[in-house]
Amino acid sequence: MALLELSDVRMYYRTSAGYVKAVDGVSFSVAKERTVGIAGESGSGKTSIASTILKLLPSNAEIISGSITLEGKDLITASEEEMRKIRWKEISLIPQASMNSLNPVFRIGDQIAEAIMAHEEVGKAEAMDRARELLGMVGIPPERASSYPHEFSGGMKQRVAIAMALALHPPLVIADEPTTALDVVVQAEILELLRDIKQKFSTSILMITHDLSIISELADEVLVMYAGKIVEKADVFSLYKRPMHPYTQGLLGAFPDIRAPRKRLVSIPGSPPDLAALPPGCSFNPRCPYATDRCRTEEPKLREVEPGHWVACHYAEEIASGSARGGDRS
Amino acid sequence: MYYEPKLSFMQSLKGAKKVLKAVDGVSFDVYKGEVLGLVGESGSGKTTVGRSILRLVQPTGGHVYYGGKDVLSANRDEMTEMRRKLQIIFQDPYDSINPRFRIRDVVAEGLRINKLYKDEEDLEAKVKEALKDVKLTPPEQFMDRFPHELSGGQRQRVAIARALALGPDFIVADEPVSMLDVSIRAEVLNVMLDLKDQFGLSFLFITHDLALAKHVCDRIAVMYLGRLVELADSETLISKPLHPYTQALIEAIPVPDPTAPKLKVEIKGEIPNATDVPPGCSFNPRCPYATDRCRTEEPKLREVEPGHWVACHYAEEIWAKRSGKGVGRGNALHPVGLGHRCKRFSGLLGLVGRAAYSSGLFSAVHRFCRYYGCTFLLEIAF
Repeated sequence: MALLELSDVRMYYRTSAGYVKAVDGVSFSVAKERTVGIAGESGSGKTSIASTILKLLPSNAEIISGSITLEGKDLITASEEEMRKIRWKEISLIPQASMNSLNPVFRIGDQIAEAIMAHEEVGKAEAMDRARELLGMVGIPPERASSYPHEFSGGMKQRVAIAMALALHPPLVIADEPTTALDVVVQAEILELLRDIKQKFSTSILMITHDLSIISELADEVLVMYAGKIVEKADVFSLYKRPMHPYTQGLLGAFPDIRAPRKRLVSIPGSPPDLAALPPGCSFNPRCPYATDRCRTEEPKLREVEPGHWVACHYAEEIASGSARGGDRS
Repeated sequence: MYYEPKLSFMQSLKGAKKVLKAVDGVSFDVYKGEVLGLVGESGSGKTTVGRSILRLVQPTGGHVYYGGKDVLSANRDEMTEMRRKLQIIFQDPYDSINPRFRIRDVVAEGLRINKLYKDEEDLEAKVKEALKDVKLTPPEQFMDRFPHELSGGQRQRVAIARALALGPDFIVADEPVSMLDVSIRAEVLNVMLDLKDQFGLSFLFITHDLALAKHVCDRIAVMYLGRLVELADSETLISKPLHPYTQALIEAIPVPDPTAPKLKVEIKGEIPNATDVPPGCSFNPRCPYATDRCRTEEPKLREVEPGHWVACHYAEEIWAKRSGKGVGRGNALHPVGLGHRCKRFSGLLGLVGRAAYSSGLFSAVHRFCRYYGCTFLLEIAF
């Protein structure tokens, strides 16, 4: 049984402009000890998935349908009390811009200990010991447990956020843009740390990011999201070697590769979709170089085009075999 | 056209006697029609350089020469003229455009202030021209809209149009695409590059993204803690980085390829505060090659090969050592000569390794080493 399983989840926000379909029929699973990456840009719905799984939704959000199960237990129907027990202990979160999620008036050690004590029957002293141990594991000298967040740099605060997420050894960690806003060298260190943690703790990681270069560093499987839906799903090697959805191809083409010779950059024409006013048919059609009338009327289903490789495109096979993408990805 | 920005000691006092050297002795030239990249992490001083050049902040010392005159000491009239010619595009397309102006007024504002139009009709024509130049066509569709009705990429192009309308020679682009989605960055960048060709513009392209800089810039300057550490044309900088910091930056950049070797960080620690710049070479606490000389003597930026400047005492030796290893990932390995010692295997195996190395069986040796977990079998000891 998979650790986490989402089945046809729909979560919309109620706004004055109508329903914003942030998560629109998403299904995937995270197996034990696997890292799944969710790639997407603004408006793709990737952060909304994290909030939906943990049920940390604002009041105008509605889970319309679908199921989310954690080791068989349904989260959508779980009560708030049950969710409280699950958060941190079964699923933890490294939020986006974690440096801003630390309480500025409490010492670092106390904040980690607080999370531990809220979920386990341990005293302050033991919780502090474990907090110091966790800091050591993420590369921060344990004595720094008595420091305040403002005494740390951005990279160190990110490590603290990771330490907190691991405090109760949850089987699943959701990392939402874990390295955005960090300098490139610090980013590399954090990725190294996450790789170590994967091995040491055997955790599953659900990694959400717009950066396709860092997904390839950590993920075993990748889901590409666009306008609230999954448009492509495959293991990491297949996705990068043979991206089949035009959006994935466009996105990969847009990342400048430092090893490649200098060339003109490519972009995807048009702009990211307005989730309150999606076009009919395939949401990507206004920007797709291959769009036909069928694309403009009929929404493509996510289907298994090759073993383990799912694409939501009417013409996936034709594009993969015949088209001159001009790419040199293989 | 030849520009010579030369800045030294940008000081601001923090509390008692603390000096924050945001920019500490930076000198470079920007040539006509070139895109010069200024790359660095946060705290490197790159944004301060950009603003200082345009006198948006008044540097503590130094000169910025444009057309033979020093921008930093020009009088009001001279400044007005120069401000037309030296423009800027900011990082945040949501913050840098007045939300209460219609697009036509955003672009026209500079023209109005400088009285660069004959009448309202002429002004309208100039605004349309600028919008067409940045591919916001048909211009009529955009002129009467408000900024919030445009996407981030479109807004950034309006910012470019605004700068362009004044007929500048030089534009500072401060992280112009880092707040935009990846799939639309190229759209903005290609507009900039096409305009550069069309109008013979020069750009100072400030960014932390070295991979992007490689593809957009002709030459790249790398900054660390307020100082210039390396300057070369883009291809050379990436394939032959001579400064240890540049080398570390390149190796820290992830590539969108799961089959590539995983990232390995060779320098430790974080960038120190600019109020506490280490003595000697500012990079020495983190540098794997630092010696006593590095800790006491600040290296000068020197031309190690034509067009390639480095501020490091040991640039040549470090490169010789590393090019035996190959630099970055996926680059061609350069053959080196005899006299190399394997750090891991001694005796017969080391001897075999050296012979293979000298005979040019380089890729075979390289594969052997990776299999055994050494990053590189043969390292030059010095």
